[in-house]
Amino acid sequence: MKAIEINGLSKFYGKARGIIELDLSVDEGEFFGFIGPNGAGKSTTIRTLLGLIHKSSGSAKLLGMDISEKPEKLLKDVGYLPSEAVFYPGMRVKDVIRFSAELRGKNCAQEAARLCERLELDTGKKVEELSFGNRKKLAIVCALQHAPRLCVLDEPTSGLDPLMQRAFFDILKERNEAGATIFISSHVLSEVQRNCTRAAIIRSGRIIACDSVEALAKTNARRVHIQGAADVSALEGVRGLQTEGGSVSFLYGGDCNLLLRALARQKIEDITISEPDLEEIFLHYYQEGGAQA
Amino acid sequence: MTLFKHELRRGRTALIVWTAAIAFLFAICIFIFPDMKSQTEGLNEVFASMGGFTAAFGMDQVNFGTLTGFYAIECGNILGLGGAFYAALCAVGALSKEEKEKTAEFLLMHPISRSRIVTDKLLAVLAQIVLLNAAVYALSVGSIACIGEAVPWKEVSLLHLAYLILQLELAGICFGMSACLRRGGLGAGLGLAAVMYFLNIIANLSELAEFLRYITPFAYADGADIVTNCSLNAVLVALGIAYGIIGVGLAYWKYCRKDIM
Repeated sequence: MKAIEINGLSKFYGKARGIIELDLSVDEGEFFGFIGPNGAGKSTTIRTLLGLIHKSSGSAKLLGMDISEKPEKLLKDVGYLPSEAVFYPGMRVKDVIRFSAELRGKNCAQEAARLCERLELDTGKKVEELSFGNRKKLAIVCALQHAPRLCVLDEPTSGLDPLMQRAFFDILKERNEAGATIFISSHVLSEVQRNCTRAAIIRSGRIIACDSVEALAKTNARRVHIQGAADVSALEGVRGLQTEGGSVSFLYGGDCNLLLRALARQKIEDITISEPDLEEIFLHYYQEGGAQA
Repeated sequence: MTLFKHELRRGRTALIVWTAAIAFLFAICIFIFPDMKSQTEGLNEVFASMGGFTAAFGMDQVNFGTLTGFYAIECGNILGLGGAFYAALCAVGALSKEEKEKTAEFLLMHPISRSRIVTDKLLAVLAQIVLLNAAVYALSVGSIACIGEAVPWKEVSLLHLAYLILQLELAGICFGMSACLRRGGLGAGLGLAAVMYFLNIIANLSELAEFLRYITPFAYADGADIVTNCSLNAVLVALGIAYGIIGVGLAYWKYCRKDIM
């Protein structure tokens, strides 16, 4: 069964572009990354899927249910973590957690207590006393306490310190191993590369690539780092050329023979040619436009 | 019921403050009535010499020396204006406040339909208005008994019923506005209540502006008319209820379709 199935989904804010004819499918049980910079359409996609905003055209299903029909039924099995969590002022953390569980008509006290303990969240504090990171933790508890089948997480790690990020991803991995689908939107590529099995890249409201993280990271381009004085500016396929002190670094997507011939004529002390990381692939997709998914 | 109870909790402080303020002013007015009664002749002369304003406030129809006349003018204005402001504030923020304070996203991530959200919030607004009016009514009747006057049940009850309907009508209209706004709209709510109040004064001042009585709810809640006729104007009340229902209908229609940003 598909956890998320999107067909030609578009959203326009008046004449302004939100997302354009998005096609995407995520299987149940996947750990899926949704990558794109700010303003690319990640949050618009998520908010359309969850019924916060209404689609302009196309269709989408979450856990087999059409998003335009009864979102209250659909959201029972979905846990959503918004990128910026805001709660009712005057309420204590424990009151927000209880209120959220009551809105779901479930008693989640045990799981909520477990999550609070793992995330080191003080439940006695008032929400206005919470730091951005602690507000995020509270949002995580509200999104996960009912053990949803599908977790939709929008920029989940912003505001969390590295230790908490690790604890958070441990929880997500456990949920994923137990069968839950994790859909995580992020512009932090390293966390997508570390945790996700598949990912889609969105640019200017369109998905420009969708594949396994491994396949996305595979490219003909190579990261070349040279110690010494080397001039490669005349070579075709050189991108992101950086010269710093006595070293030169660039991404090379051209003919390897031409590169080696050019370097052989120059005075270099050391050379490293490696596979670029996802961050660089991402830039490649953004600079070149990438292949349509 | 979870959201309904949550809304009541959120509005608790405002309800207590407004109820206490209106009830306090009511009690003061009723407790000074015996003193006012002893100066009746002088007062009636003063009010009769105020020209158009005498009619504007309905003081040409009632005797200020009687409890019903005094109650209709003094207490009527307090509950009329105070209650209208409270109802407008309470209703205009019900839906828009969630978007202004960015809590709408938290609310809508739960399995609760938008129509259910509208219903629970509407019921909470209505419950708070009814609670305020019930408290003021009880305190008012108690205060009248305290000063040793016989309670004019029919007149007092009709007055309070009229102000309750007025507040419900304004709440309905403001609730509709609330669904259309994204930034709170406190000013719009208070402004509407104030404009309606002054429209009634204008309608009382000139026959040319009498059509305004079909617009403002203060027309059917005019204390002087009510105690003089000992009844409510059914046509105006029906119109008022219709305006309120249209506002509520607009709230359902708009909120179930709008994008929550």
